[in-house]
Amino acid sequence: MPPPPRCGAAAIRLPFPIPYPPMLRFLLTRAGLVVPTFLGITVLAFFLIRLVPGDPIEVRVGERGIAPERLAELRHAMGLDQPLWKQYADYLGNVLTGDFGVSLVTRNAVIDEFLSLFPATIELAAAAILFAVVVGLPAGVLAAVRRGSVVDHTVMGLSLTGYSMPIFWWGLLLILLFSVNLGWTPVSGRLDLLYYVEPETGFMLIDTLLAGDTDAFRSALRHLVLPAVVLGTIPLAVIARMTRSAMLEVLGEDYIRTARAKGLREKRVIGLHALRNALIPVVTVIGLQAGTLLGGAILTETIFSWPGIGKWLVESINRRDYPALQGGILLIATTVIAVNLLVDLLYGVLNPRIRHAR
Amino acid sequence: MSMDVRAIPGGPADASRPPRPLVEFWYHFRRNKGAVAGLAVILIIATVAVLAPWIAPHDPLVQNRAAILQPPVWHDGGSWSYVLGTDDIGRDILSRVIHGARLSMLVGLIVVTLSLAVGLTLGMVSGFFGGVVDVAIMRLIDIMLAMPSLLLAVVVAAILGPGLFNAMLSVAIVVVPHYARLIRAAVLAEVSKDYVIASRVAGAGPLRLMLVTILPNCMAPLIVQATLGFSTAILDAAALGFLGLGAQPPTPEWGTMLASSLQFLQRAPWVVTWPGVAILVTVLAFNLLGDGLRDALDPKLKR
Amino acid sequence: MALLDIRNLSVEFTTRAGTFRAVDGIDLTVDEGEVVGIVGESGSGKSVTSLAVMGLIPEPGRVVADRLSFAGRDLRSISGSERRRIVGKDIAMVFQEPMTSLNPCFTVGFQIMEALKVHEGLTGRALRDRTVELLDQVGIPAPESRLRAFPHQLSGGMNQRVMIAMAIACNPRLLIADEPTTALDVTIQKQILDLLARLQRERGMALILITHDMGVVAETARRVAVMYAGQVVETRPAADLFERPRHPYTAALLDALPERAVGRRRLPTIPGVVPGIADRPGGCLFNPRCRFTATRCCGLRPELEPDDTGATRCFFPLPAHREVTP
Repeated sequence: MPPPPRCGAAAIRLPFPIPYPPMLRFLLTRAGLVVPTFLGITVLAFFLIRLVPGDPIEVRVGERGIAPERLAELRHAMGLDQPLWKQYADYLGNVLTGDFGVSLVTRNAVIDEFLSLFPATIELAAAAILFAVVVGLPAGVLAAVRRGSVVDHTVMGLSLTGYSMPIFWWGLLLILLFSVNLGWTPVSGRLDLLYYVEPETGFMLIDTLLAGDTDAFRSALRHLVLPAVVLGTIPLAVIARMTRSAMLEVLGEDYIRTARAKGLREKRVIGLHALRNALIPVVTVIGLQAGTLLGGAILTETIFSWPGIGKWLVESINRRDYPALQGGILLIATTVIAVNLLVDLLYGVLNPRIRHAR
Repeated sequence: MSMDVRAIPGGPADASRPPRPLVEFWYHFRRNKGAVAGLAVILIIATVAVLAPWIAPHDPLVQNRAAILQPPVWHDGGSWSYVLGTDDIGRDILSRVIHGARLSMLVGLIVVTLSLAVGLTLGMVSGFFGGVVDVAIMRLIDIMLAMPSLLLAVVVAAILGPGLFNAMLSVAIVVVPHYARLIRAAVLAEVSKDYVIASRVAGAGPLRLMLVTILPNCMAPLIVQATLGFSTAILDAAALGFLGLGAQPPTPEWGTMLASSLQFLQRAPWVVTWPGVAILVTVLAFNLLGDGLRDALDPKLKR
Repeated sequence: MALLDIRNLSVEFTTRAGTFRAVDGIDLTVDEGEVVGIVGESGSGKSVTSLAVMGLIPEPGRVVADRLSFAGRDLRSISGSERRRIVGKDIAMVFQEPMTSLNPCFTVGFQIMEALKVHEGLTGRALRDRTVELLDQVGIPAPESRLRAFPHQLSGGMNQRVMIAMAIACNPRLLIADEPTTALDVTIQKQILDLLARLQRERGMALILITHDMGVVAETARRVAVMYAGQVVETRPAADLFERPRHPYTAALLDALPERAVGRRRLPTIPGVVPGIADRPGGCLFNPRCRFTATRCCGLRPELEPDDTGATRCFFPLPAHREVTP
């Protein structure tokens, strides 16, 4: 240990850490990476839709046909006679000002449709990830602590099965069991038709509570359970496996031995000292499930007729509503990027080594 | 002037002569019962797939109007003629599931081959050359990874138009980034090692360095990823089929079979059960095998 | 009565390759306030012995002993909760790697306070003051502000001081320091040893100092046990041991000290390594590396034979005054 410095210049090292600059730098670097990714996605969304065979206007007018002069007029009006880069620039400009186009079918702004359906998907995804974490985390910890035991093999076997599950079939099985045979849960939708709740937030659980209607709340909850379990199955499997391997690694660390040497209860050694460290990689993996959830929502919402963006996207595809599709993928990708950024932030908060690097 | 890379210690192992690595691999692999079971199941499914026309009791497309929604043999009203029952237009479910194995194995094979080829090229080039090429490729991959993979597959399939081949193509496109990333990481880990430098000094060209010197040393993670890729491919293709964007009826593809039987969920659950079981078992087998391969091939995890 | 009394302690690990005795029938007593050094190369079973005392032998390991008692309490038969009341309070331990032995996710203040909370029931202001006092005692400058520091923000030497503060927090009667200086810079090593010696004196606690460095023991320990391949091969008061080692292994270790090799062109070394799980020799475990091996050494395993000042596990102990030249 160096003696305390006596004269000026040597005494620069501060006696306590300043948390902000490294964390801020970390965040800015992460945020900086988001910009090119976002631009790339707009390019992707722009050109993917161009790949659709046929002229956008001809696709729109369908089989009615159109006069060549009118076609040229429309093409000019929509900027389709402009060079491609100009069209993209216009598109990007629109997107940045919040204009994601207009649905061919409903004539509504894509952003409005998206925003009106998004809460349903978020509610479903949040319930799914909650289920996955609440079950998966303890299961993974238990498997790690009882490594090689029957419990471990069971947890790992089940989670690999869950990971291999075709969730569209899994959903059907659960409907068959719980809705058709047992009659415990409804088959589809978010709320029984008996109830009407003013959409304040778009989250059915919250809206029913705001309306003070406990029966409606219960109905909303019953509607939510099965889809959430189905959507949460794969994240659950991933989280359980990741937690187990992270815990196994951490449990072999020296500081766990130190904690035991302090005479702490095993519960505290595992639940605090080990888990706190194992959570760092696990949280990252939980964050990565955002994509899985939004992708899985396409299937889950279709099976359960859940009125969210997954079902909306499938319907848009079936109706050849390309502007809706284009806006939808851009908005979903943006959501995923945002969630990943948030997870990075959380990662920084959880990991002191990043929060304030030396 | 090119030297024999095999002479360099740590260079690619000569698999033909001393069988030691293979023996060692088998020793580790065999201890993992799940992986062995996975391998056995895959072999059975592959055999069934190859022999499908001969072992299927019925033509998967032939409709028997006299036996519509017949239950499996162990239910009341079932018969040995249709062991797993029939669907809504009187087709034998067992035969359809057996023929479905053909399609799923084919999907796995084609998707993995395609995505591996593209991913390998991108990853190799990216890791080997670095610089602007690397940045460009990695950006592209980041962008693709920002999309939920099923969503991207759905969109690509929607744009290409429904059909089994287009479904395979879209699934293949979607998984390319995973391979590219993996290869790039492996190449980066190897490229600065002494044996590569030795080979470079000896005058090996980039192509030889990439394919002969480096690639064999990146095989382990690649084999694992390819095995797991089978399960992803089968699962995603079935999902596309389920959404009506993959194989079209009356093709006996497992996901498509599920989609067309949705409305009989209550009346005839067996129509829904068996294609799903087939998907689950196949995917699980590949995942078990992949896990086992990873444990057996990855020295870091050997304990 | 001795504070720590170990008779015929063995620790076995059963693996696929067979059963391995990491510690093989060792005896050790430590009196109240006594400093005992345990010396040996890596793999000689020093650390495993201390972990056995702490009850920290990991899962497949098995601890057997004729006696394993601390302050009159049988450590073999006490319950988990009783053990937790002793371990971390009356017996504490400092580990080899300060950088990995502290939890990276918690502040050093938290980690020290934790022990105080559990064992002393301190809370609030008293807890905080006691922690600051401890940090001050182990020579950490500006202890107030260090409470909030994470281990990665401190140097290895600082972290080891934190480890020591944590260990002495509840005034242990026995402190086990397992290679406390091995991972540190040479300049820091001396400071840490001095700190340990000072704390031992001031608090009158017993100290087991485990090391592979004879030089470290010479300066601190009153009594020394030399371990080889899981066995104690020689034990006697430090002064006697250094004056005239009886076991060839002890002699060889002493010869390997740089300060004893003055005037020689090369530092003497002991060829070979400590036998591991698969290559235990028959007879005396040291015979493959011993300069004085006779036929008898290869056939029979010597017992630890008491002599005038201690005990030696050798058929042919060295004469009572040391004169060994290669």
